[in-house]
Amino acid sequence: MSGIIPAPVARQPWMMLFPLFGLIGFGALILTSAAAGDFDQYAKGHLLRFAILFTMAVVISRFNKPTVQLLTYPGYIGVLLLLLAVEVMGQVQGGSQRWLEAGPIRIQPSELMKPAAVLALAHYYGGLPVGMVPNFRALIPAGAIILLPISFVLLQPDLGTSLAIAFGGFVVMFLAGLPLRWFLAAGAAGLALLPVAFFVGLQEYQQKRVLTFLDPENDPLGDGYQITQSKIAIGSGGLFGKGFNEGSQSHLNYLPEPHTDFVFATMAEEWGFAGGLFILFCFGLILFWGLKVASNAADRFSKLLAAGMTATIFFYIAINLLMVMGFAPVVGIPLPFISHGGSSMMTNMICIGVLMMVHRWNRKAPRTGLIVG
Amino acid sequence: MGLFGRKKARTKRRDLVSQTTLDNAFTRRTFVIGAGMGGIGTILAARMAYIAIAENERWVLESESNRVNLSLIPPRRGWILDRNGAPLASNRADFRVDVIPDRMDDAAATLGQLAGLLNLSQNAVADILKKIDDARGFQPIEVATGLDYDQFAAISVRLPDLPGVVPQRGFSRYYPTGATVGHLIGYVGPASAEEYEENPDPILITPGYKIGKDALEAQFEEELQGTPGARRVEVTASGRIVRDLETREDKQGASVRLTIDGPLQDYAARRIGLESGSCVVMDCDTGDILCMSSMPSFDPNSFSAGIGRVEYSMLREDERVPLRNKVLKGLYPPGSTVKPMHCMAFLDAGVKPEEAIICGGGRRIGNRFFNCWSNHGRVDMAKAIYQSCDSYFYHFAQQVGFDQVAKWAHKMGLGEEFDLPVTSQFYGTVPDPAWKQRKYDQAWQPYDTVNASIGQGYYLVNPLQLAVMSARLATGNKVVPHLRMDDPRPEFEHFDFTASEIDYVRKAMSDVVNGPGTAGRAKLPIEGIQMAGKTGTAQVVSLSISNGKTGPWKYRDHGLFVFFAPFDKPKYAGAVVIEHGGGSGAAYPIARDVMTFLFDPVKGMEALRPLEEQWGGTAQQRLDAKYRAYAQAAGEVVEPVPQRTEQIFDQVEAEARLAQRQSEAMAAQAEGSRAEGSRPPSTSGEVSPRGTGE
Repeated sequence: MSGIIPAPVARQPWMMLFPLFGLIGFGALILTSAAAGDFDQYAKGHLLRFAILFTMAVVISRFNKPTVQLLTYPGYIGVLLLLLAVEVMGQVQGGSQRWLEAGPIRIQPSELMKPAAVLALAHYYGGLPVGMVPNFRALIPAGAIILLPISFVLLQPDLGTSLAIAFGGFVVMFLAGLPLRWFLAAGAAGLALLPVAFFVGLQEYQQKRVLTFLDPENDPLGDGYQITQSKIAIGSGGLFGKGFNEGSQSHLNYLPEPHTDFVFATMAEEWGFAGGLFILFCFGLILFWGLKVASNAADRFSKLLAAGMTATIFFYIAINLLMVMGFAPVVGIPLPFISHGGSSMMTNMICIGVLMMVHRWNRKAPRTGLIVG
Repeated sequence: MGLFGRKKARTKRRDLVSQTTLDNAFTRRTFVIGAGMGGIGTILAARMAYIAIAENERWVLESESNRVNLSLIPPRRGWILDRNGAPLASNRADFRVDVIPDRMDDAAATLGQLAGLLNLSQNAVADILKKIDDARGFQPIEVATGLDYDQFAAISVRLPDLPGVVPQRGFSRYYPTGATVGHLIGYVGPASAEEYEENPDPILITPGYKIGKDALEAQFEEELQGTPGARRVEVTASGRIVRDLETREDKQGASVRLTIDGPLQDYAARRIGLESGSCVVMDCDTGDILCMSSMPSFDPNSFSAGIGRVEYSMLREDERVPLRNKVLKGLYPPGSTVKPMHCMAFLDAGVKPEEAIICGGGRRIGNRFFNCWSNHGRVDMAKAIYQSCDSYFYHFAQQVGFDQVAKWAHKMGLGEEFDLPVTSQFYGTVPDPAWKQRKYDQAWQPYDTVNASIGQGYYLVNPLQLAVMSARLATGNKVVPHLRMDDPRPEFEHFDFTASEIDYVRKAMSDVVNGPGTAGRAKLPIEGIQMAGKTGTAQVVSLSISNGKTGPWKYRDHGLFVFFAPFDKPKYAGAVVIEHGGGSGAAYPIARDVMTFLFDPVKGMEALRPLEEQWGGTAQQRLDAKYRAYAQAAGEVVEPVPQRTEQIFDQVEAEARLAQRQSEAMAAQAEGSRAEGSRPPSTSGEVSPRGTGE
């Protein structure tokens, strides 16, 4: 850090902030186009939401480690209770419901659960005596931390979010040093149970989505429609796209959900491959920074926490992009920092806030190794 | 944590885990995770490059085909005109709605919404649903035409919620005179799936495009068709048009001009009134067919708009077969109408007009006695014609041989098909010994000659043939009928008769009407123009069932009349056949009024108006009234229409052929002569002595 830049400015994690602001700004442009050139419809709310949630992230980043550790389990249990409340409300009102309403704010507890589960798990493994890690019994509380929220969310039913929670949990456990053979065994068991899960676990519309994903041209006007239209949008964009506000796929409503799930296709049509690379590059920088924060962290809890948060953000990005490019079934997962919508932005900004927090801890306490702290 | 503390020692034995190993594991595994993320990022970038760069052309094309919708504009069909250029079939600008089943999500629900907007009846909805079920999905199904602007607008604004519904501004076929040209012109309809498979032209499945389905509409299809226009528009996914990109106008089909005299065609059809029959009028000089009316008929406007089940059922159940073109597909024993023609055959065979016989209420032919309908005393050729004496024909037909007579019948047009642009014509039968041998494997008997000599027995002709016969008889020329104004008209071949022979027959036929003949009431009410003619009565069932004049309609005799006018310088010739009219008295008043109209339309209309008042309106008005009454009585339980309208007419044609066979069967059963003359009007007070002879 050169002396010209004041220390408080130089301290900030610019490696992450620049790409983040870039993505948010680009997102605002794309959302303007998705609303047929209307800035007010989506883009304005997008920027406003970011401003609020970024403030929240900065507030999160000011927390101290002991405070966080103190609040971890109560917070986790609180979110779990909220999930339960949603379930009960859903039962009472009939039909599935995913959110709770508190005045003007809609809280979607399943979204909050993603960082909460990672936090709880990181805390658990951070506090677990080193020798206990490969112990099978030590797996039981960890399993409970992960499986309880997953089963609640599955009941909603929300496959995408449960997978996100599972993925976050998997990454934390993987990095916590659990024996590799457990993962191999779990993977094999998972593969074996896949058909059972497909036929028993999935709703009919979800089964259809998976089948469509495997063969989208089979039903180009029905279920394959979304993926096909998305590919048309991306493919017709070419190298540099059709130009801002010139996308016919999004403007003439061929593209489903052009401002949420398929926002990347909206972008690709107008900005082409170049725009796509820009987005991938920005995400790459953010994720790389996240993993670097994890590596530089002073203790196991911080390391696992940072890595888990990074993984949660990554899961959003990967599933969304794989979906719009026809590599994954259509699951309603938006693209972080670009898609319109508050819940996912909140989750991702919590993750960013937590990463900034760990980043701050790292600066205060230099790396000392895996000391239970 | 104490819970796990106890197990610590045991675990350590199995796995040596320390802070360092965990630290290393974390670094290694973070690297693995990072590499996985990078790998997925690379896959995504590669995938995007593949779609956006390698496959770019394909997706650009698909994006364009999404965005741009090429819709064909159905060409306006050429008009069908009468000889004076007045339209018999034209086009009317209107608003219409079609549905394309393939593009519908829930046909019943969408149709329910449409029914609400358009006030469709339950029957209409059932019809459309059936059509949707039967049709291939790509075929547009007509929901309604002739919408008013408000209805059209109401549907247009709801389009995003009505997938598969296509409202259009277009042209629909319009037949100004409706039912009176039904059989002549035919009708139009959407192409069937079979037609589309034969010729997969996208215009065939464009909503609103119709092709000729019957009669002249089908015959002149290529000329009338026209060239479709095209419109390129930018559309949204829900089909809403954003803007026009490019439009090519359609080219209207060529018009076809017929020899038909529109007003005469209409008049004749209306004049037939409540009867079931047909009227043909020809120009003797050119062969132009001026009118070819067959009634009762159907309204081609209904068929072109897709006939509903109620109307179809009404037409199907009518014993007067409104769906059969009786001019071309009605076959009747000609009865006495062939007698003048037979006289020409006798003349050709050397019989002198003055040669006479004595009619003693009948005549012995061979060893059997055959009745005449009256006792005519001494009968020469002229009296045989105007008094329609059967005995004369028994005698001379036997004398010259029926072979000879049949040869002339063919020359005069009976048993012949004419080169006309019609979908089919029944040519009937002119019996002769060879024919009987071939068909029934039986020898020709004297009573066959007796029957055939007065136009009974196996003899079957259609009204067009009768009209042609009449024209040929009147002129002595082999008049060939025409239906198109721009047909070439070659000089007609002249028959080998002297002028005096022709004059003799003309005079005798004039006497039928203007002299002491059988059709005194047929005299034209016009100064200086006299009509010549010949009555005929054709028995339908044997006398043991009905006397032919009263009783059930189905058993009454057919009434026939052939005519030409003016008698001394024939210009027009024609024929009227009234099915089950109870005798020729039903036919010749119609011929009289039609000819009156031809020479003096005002007088003709004066004759028609009181009659129509009595009948309850014009033909179209009566048809409409009947439909309303029928629909009310039928309620909601009516048989659906066959899937293809062609089937309707195939069925009718098959039934017509069946009817023809029954008539032949009757001739075969008959024992001896069923001699009968044309009955004079009942005012004459004579009772026809009909009965089996001997």
